Amino acid sequence: MTGSAPATFVRPFELIGQRTIEIVASLGRFATFFVQVLLTLLTPPFKVRAFVDRIDYIGFRSLLIILLTGAFTGMVLGLQIYLTLSRFGSEAFLGPAVAISLIRELGPVLSALMVTGRAGSALTAEIGIMRITEQIDALTVMALNPVRYLVVPSILAGLVTFPMMTALFDTVGIFGGYLVGVKLLGLSEGTYFGEMQTFVDLSDIMTGFWKSLSFGIIVTWVATYKGFNVGHGAEGVARATTQAVVLASVLILVWDYFLGSVLP
Amino acid sequence: MIRVENLRKSFGRQAVLRGIDLEVPTGSITVIIGRSGGGKSVLLKHLLGLLRPDAGRVVVDGVDVTDLRGRSLDQVRQRYGVVFQGGALFDSLTCAENVAFPLREKTRLSETDIAGRVEAALASVGLTGMGRKYPAEVSGGMRKRVSIARALVTEPEIVFFDEPTTGLDPILVNTIHRLIVDLHRQRPFTAVMVSHEIPEIFEIADRVAMLHEGRIVEVGAPAVIQGSDNPVVRHFIRGEPEPVG
Repeated sequence: MTGSAPATFVRPFELIGQRTIEIVASLGRFATFFVQVLLTLLTPPFKVRAFVDRIDYIGFRSLLIILLTGAFTGMVLGLQIYLTLSRFGSEAFLGPAVAISLIRELGPVLSALMVTGRAGSALTAEIGIMRITEQIDALTVMALNPVRYLVVPSILAGLVTFPMMTALFDTVGIFGGYLVGVKLLGLSEGTYFGEMQTFVDLSDIMTGFWKSLSFGIIVTWVATYKGFNVGHGAEGVARATTQAVVLASVLILVWDYFLGSVLP
Repeated sequence: MIRVENLRKSFGRQAVLRGIDLEVPTGSITVIIGRSGGGKSVLLKHLLGLLRPDAGRVVVDGVDVTDLRGRSLDQVRQRYGVVFQGGALFDSLTCAENVAFPLREKTRLSETDIAGRVEAALASVGLTGMGRKYPAEVSGGMRKRVSIARALVTEPEIVFFDEPTTGLDPILVNTIHRLIVDLHRQRPFTAVMVSHEIPEIFEIADRVAMLHEGRIVEVGAPAVIQGSDNPVVRHFIRGEPEPVG
């Protein structure tokens, strides 16, 4: 009895230490994975066909969801901001308010979250299944680098498609706001677009651009990493997919706040 | 020759390989047998450089591959062909594209030459005309044969077979075994095969090694293994339950 007392006292600290080591080790693996991707990215051969396939997989196939969510986000913004501004008699600023909200914040964040749900999860599941069915091992033993074939094209496609999808989301959203503010609530078309030109400047657009670019990297990095390091069987793939979506979504919001504080 | 020396590997507290010593002569078909969970696939992954041992080494034709990484390891792997347990065919490619894949990625052959080699490879495994189908559209036996064609299309010097007949009916098991022997006769490669198929493997193997609880307990020609006095070997090849205690 006397011998077990110190052990009982030490056990919680052991568990905390063990968990801390696990977290630090997994962060290290996560970072090492990205370094490996960068090194592979800089050395030929470049898999152009795989890159084009990934643009289709991540970008083109997400178009519908981007158009749909962009339109409704703009409409909701149009309605809510109009109702708020009308209390102060400032309805004229509806256009710039909708545009700035979308371009700086909602466009990059919501489109990234949508693509995480659609393409990020699919990417993790696809690579995860390739891992458990030994397709990744098959590439490795053929002396072919699986990172070059599966990860680099996905991350490059994320870099290219995320800003484009964000631009599309913003555009459709602004027209959604127009539909509600001008066509439904009676604001003049000239006011909606005219004030937008006055108040939206290049720094707003660049803020949105840098955000979407970095979200493109974050989502594809997390999705491919989780797929590559999947556990065993179908349950492992399911768990990795959930983890990828949750982690990418959290990182998008954290990174959004960070960039929002740093960028002009 | 492949030489495995005192290979040890543990996962957490579980020791899977407890000092493996094995020699695979060049040009032979060596079959590793043993109970499920005995470490056969783990041993194979060490030979392929997919896992790193805690101790011991793997030497391929005088080159210690245990600590090789990157390009040096890839140079050794250029000589390998691997048939995975489930085939490991790429789902998004047709059977012909799967067979063509290593040729497209690792050689500078023209598309015409690649098409010819793929056709010949598929014909050699009895799958003429099946190239346009996707792996999901063909039977398990056909997938294994496509996998064999893909492994051999680059004419590797060493071919690893990880339970190439698991899950197939007895006729298909014999068909695959015959196929491996025929291909080996046409172009002798060093073959390392992990298998459960007793007694069929005794007909195709030059050497058989019995792996039990992380150690090679018996190795020799099929006749030696079949006549072994070792109770572990006897129980395994007769399919008898091991004595308790």
